[in-house]
Amino acid sequence: MKDETVHLPLGAAGPAAERPISIAILAMGGQGGGVLTDWIVRLAETEGWVAQSTSVPGVAQRTGATLYYIECMPPQDGLNPILSLMPTPGDVDVVMAAEYMEAGRSILRGLVTPDKTTLIASDHRAFATVEKIAPGEAIADSSAVAQAIGVVAKREIVFDMNALAARHGSMISAAMFGALAASGALPFPVDKFRALLQGEAKGQNSSLAAFDAALDRATAPTPAPSESPENAAPSQLALPNDVLDRIEREIPAPAQDMARRGASKVVDFQDAAYAQDYLDLLARLRAADEAAGGAARDYAFTTAAAKYLANAMAYDDVIRVADLKTRASRRARVEREIGLKDNQVLQTTEYFHPRAEELIGMAPTAWADWLNARPRLVGWIDARMNKGRRIKAYSAFGFATLYAIAGMKSRRPGSHRHAIEVAHRDAWIERALEAVARNYDLGVEILNCRRLIKGYSDTHARGLSKYDRVMAAIRKLEKREDAADWARRLREAAIRDASGVTLDGAIKTVESFA
Amino acid sequence: MAERSFAREVEDLRLGDGDTFRGEGILAITKALLQSGVSYVGGYPGSPISHLIDVLGDAKDVLDELGVVFQSSANEAAAAAMLSASVMYPLRGAVAWKSTVGTNVASDALANLASGGVTGGAMIIVGEDYGEGSSIMQERTHAFAMKSQIWLLDPRPDHECIVNMIEKGFELSEASNTPVMLEVRVRACHMHGYFKTKDNVRPSFTIKDALENPVRDLGRIVLPPAAYEHEREKIAKRFPAAIEFVKRHKLNEFIGPQDAKVGIVLQGGMYNNVIRALQYLGLSDAYGRTQVPLYVMNVTYPVIEDELETFCRDKDHVIVVEEGQPEYIEQAVNTALRRRKISARVRGKDILPMAGDYTSQVLLNGLRRFIEESEPRLLGNRPPAPDPSPVLALAEVQKLKQTVPERPPGLCTGCPERPVFAAMKLVEQELGLHHVSADIGCHLFSILPPFNIGATTMGFGLGPASASAFNVKAGKRSIAVMGDGGFWHNGLTSGIGNAVFNKHDGVFLIIDNFYTSATGGQDILSSRAKNPRRTTNNSIVKAVKGIGAKWVRQLDRTYDVGRLRDTLKEALTTKEEGPKIIVASSECMLNKQRRVRPQIDGAIRNGARVVKERFGVDEDVCTGDHACMRLSGCPSLSVKQLDDPLRDDPVASIDHTCVGCGNCGEVADAAVLCPSFFRADVVHNPNAFDLWRQRMTQRFIGWLQARRERQGAAA
Repeated sequence: MKDETVHLPLGAAGPAAERPISIAILAMGGQGGGVLTDWIVRLAETEGWVAQSTSVPGVAQRTGATLYYIECMPPQDGLNPILSLMPTPGDVDVVMAAEYMEAGRSILRGLVTPDKTTLIASDHRAFATVEKIAPGEAIADSSAVAQAIGVVAKREIVFDMNALAARHGSMISAAMFGALAASGALPFPVDKFRALLQGEAKGQNSSLAAFDAALDRATAPTPAPSESPENAAPSQLALPNDVLDRIEREIPAPAQDMARRGASKVVDFQDAAYAQDYLDLLARLRAADEAAGGAARDYAFTTAAAKYLANAMAYDDVIRVADLKTRASRRARVEREIGLKDNQVLQTTEYFHPRAEELIGMAPTAWADWLNARPRLVGWIDARMNKGRRIKAYSAFGFATLYAIAGMKSRRPGSHRHAIEVAHRDAWIERALEAVARNYDLGVEILNCRRLIKGYSDTHARGLSKYDRVMAAIRKLEKREDAADWARRLREAAIRDASGVTLDGAIKTVESFA
Repeated sequence: MAERSFAREVEDLRLGDGDTFRGEGILAITKALLQSGVSYVGGYPGSPISHLIDVLGDAKDVLDELGVVFQSSANEAAAAAMLSASVMYPLRGAVAWKSTVGTNVASDALANLASGGVTGGAMIIVGEDYGEGSSIMQERTHAFAMKSQIWLLDPRPDHECIVNMIEKGFELSEASNTPVMLEVRVRACHMHGYFKTKDNVRPSFTIKDALENPVRDLGRIVLPPAAYEHEREKIAKRFPAAIEFVKRHKLNEFIGPQDAKVGIVLQGGMYNNVIRALQYLGLSDAYGRTQVPLYVMNVTYPVIEDELETFCRDKDHVIVVEEGQPEYIEQAVNTALRRRKISARVRGKDILPMAGDYTSQVLLNGLRRFIEESEPRLLGNRPPAPDPSPVLALAEVQKLKQTVPERPPGLCTGCPERPVFAAMKLVEQELGLHHVSADIGCHLFSILPPFNIGATTMGFGLGPASASAFNVKAGKRSIAVMGDGGFWHNGLTSGIGNAVFNKHDGVFLIIDNFYTSATGGQDILSSRAKNPRRTTNNSIVKAVKGIGAKWVRQLDRTYDVGRLRDTLKEALTTKEEGPKIIVASSECMLNKQRRVRPQIDGAIRNGARVVKERFGVDEDVCTGDHACMRLSGCPSLSVKQLDDPLRDDPVASIDHTCVGCGNCGEVADAAVLCPSFFRADVVHNPNAFDLWRQRMTQRFIGWLQARRERQGAAA
């Protein structure tokens, strides 16, 4: 280090050492980031400032993350400012993120710093492909973004601007423009923002409505909890009193809520008598829980059993699908989702692809055994059955077809599929009972492995095979103290990766020491 | 037709003396061409110069008034060859493309053009797609300029400067009988800015004049012995002429104080970032009043040695700011100074990074080190420079690294290419992995999740050619994918013709979506739209049959996943010899929606009966396996969390942006996935029969539902 540098006075470069106002907009292609950029540039120009915007909108990037960048500053002595074409990390005044993970990305790029940056972000999520394609939960953790914003932003304006814009029939850009006006980060009066939107040729009313709503929302002292949760809990069936009483009596309090939900699910799937079967099985599992000292563990085993037993008993079959699709509540939900208006007509086309397997599944056990002993006959049936069938659910014929299939419900308990499901379920229960007596946590984990079985046809078969492999691997290490931990890791490996490579790796690891 | 109308931008082309143009850089360039009196313009679209092609495509009236010929060229080589009109005739012409990829394609014609030289001004506008956000390999156009001796302009990113350099560039071209390249970087092309316009200039000598008065000169043709003479002429005449012109017109700029011990030599394109970096160091204000002398090279080739000498003579240290590698300018500066015995030490890529964007941040670090090591007094008290590193080191931000998912670009909602790759995925499940040669275009997104299809990409239209080595009898066949854009660009000959001639047994999949969609939806030969100024509707199938292909299948609805899958399987397994060519055609959904949606909305407003389709998912039927998404990746097909403690995994969900393309249902059917998908048809403005039928079926359905309720209650 050269000492002489420190003692010299700072020679100011000129009278205006200040820098332009810089705004970075992070959006996904197709979100209207270009429109928002344009508005901000024109606003600054109307105020006599020099404004420059840049972007890299690779023409085909409809869905990828994109960045727009604006700098603006008044001219001085007839000189225009020299404006930069890219944001400099650590030197951005306003960051606007049109999606929550994009807000996270702006932080990772160093664009948001506590000495400088106002962060305006919509906290809604548009999931990236990698979040969608895992065969289970793989959604990025939004709370990580919230925590980071808390420590890096000088000021933050964060709310669901997408939903707000949608409520006013507009695009997110209008809501973000409103939030920018509210932030005061640009030294222009709010009226000028509004005047700009008023001059727009297209959709100015909805834009203005979204703008004003966002302005109010951003300046309101406490946010009004206006957004109603989109995924309200499915209304539970009113359970028969004797079922409710049994749950009250036989199930420990921490597991009662799950047991009531589980009972509802099996009643919905079959009937009240089936719920009694459910409670019989659950009672047995509860007794084992008790014996294993479950009271000290909040009856985790019983709670897991209440959940996964219901899922195991309410398996996904054609009858259930037909039943769900023929309900009045289903049509109501579809109408709501697509926003059907009074004077419109709705029809839905359902995509079915039944195979001989589904037909045989519905047959009584004896018939199915007879058929399954004749593979050539099954092949012949499959050749005729196995193709896509499109059924119009709200035509008389289509509905009647589905209705008839749903009507097979009463015969379900005697069906081949049911026998298979019961056998599988019972084997699973036995494994869990066996484990819980020795290693409580492993018992719970074995119950949780039921999560791997889901879907229809090939998907279902793949799930079953994953379940089998995980259970076999668990068998090898069940004597270990950390068996539960390994069981959880194996299951998560199976859920995260559709190709099964991760699970293969996990199993290899297990085999290396087990 | 291009994906958006440029009618408003066309109006900007009419601005006259003293008006102010406000808008994108590439449009300012377009206007500058007309102000320079061009007779003809050509080019091939591609980011970042697509809008030049688009606007001129929509500007028929303006061009006709000026007598300007505009062509949307078949490829960059065709565009470059177009410049031969300036060889013998005093015609100014310009062509444009994305670089370096376009320059690669064009280089044969460019080399010939530069050898013989030009009479009329010839300008090549290259959109330098380098640095963050680029979609191509990271190379420099600079090398092409040097190897063929084409002057390279790299103006400051400022509309006024860019426009001036175009006008002067034509004069330079004529003064030195050499074509000129104008390099503009991606951000400069998309940069919003202003300049004072001038009237457009109608060329005094027109294309028509040239056609009617043909001239030839053997000395301009690249054949021995003229070719040898060309090289000598380049050195003896054209080079000095160019240097003289650049000096006389002061195309390069000396900015800042002239007496200092240090100085910066920079490409014009680097100017704004250099000024910002100097501002962070306290050495400039925001208006460019710098305390460090700058030599701004708006002409980066040739290097004007006299100017360099003037700038460096009394300096101890200079630094060359030159983005990209290798460091051609730095080498040239070193050579010039050493030959002239000027002792200033030349710094450059020894302290600045060899590769990557020269952002303000990068330049800040490099210039700080340069000044620290040469003239530290300048830095004074050192104002605090922006530094995100403390923030990036925070635990909360570190954690975010694991959280924020990658979000690469992908196929649009309803894209007709999605079902093609879904079908390929299904075939992969049945017949195993195959070697797939990919190409350039939207379809290249197949290489990303969820499809993960495609092993190599060798250039536009070269997908089929890049499978050509895989031409032996084997248990599996190669698959090559190519778009309609690549097909007409060169793939018909380099790919299909090559395969036919060499009896290649592979499968060649041509994805035809009626436009060059990736570059913005420009028309091509096989576009199905009627375009009064172009000849469209030329069949790809006829073309490949015309070139000798025998096994050709045309599928006119890519959304038929089952049929596509079966056709692919047949192509991979058939005994027939020679290339198996599948043409899968459906209109680019983005363009289709832009075209159709206003019509549909209008019809609904006018009370016409319209059926609108979209897809939905029954959330209680969906089990959250997401197998559908692994065969789709559609932006409108996503996941949602249910508020149900019995369910662990989020279920599929389709949002209101769904355009009802049908892929979801087709895939669920073809892959035998699950019955959760449904298509909802909504009849807007239904007629009396629609209403009556709905009333009757709903009554019947209601009766059945009530019956089941009763049964349920009884049980």
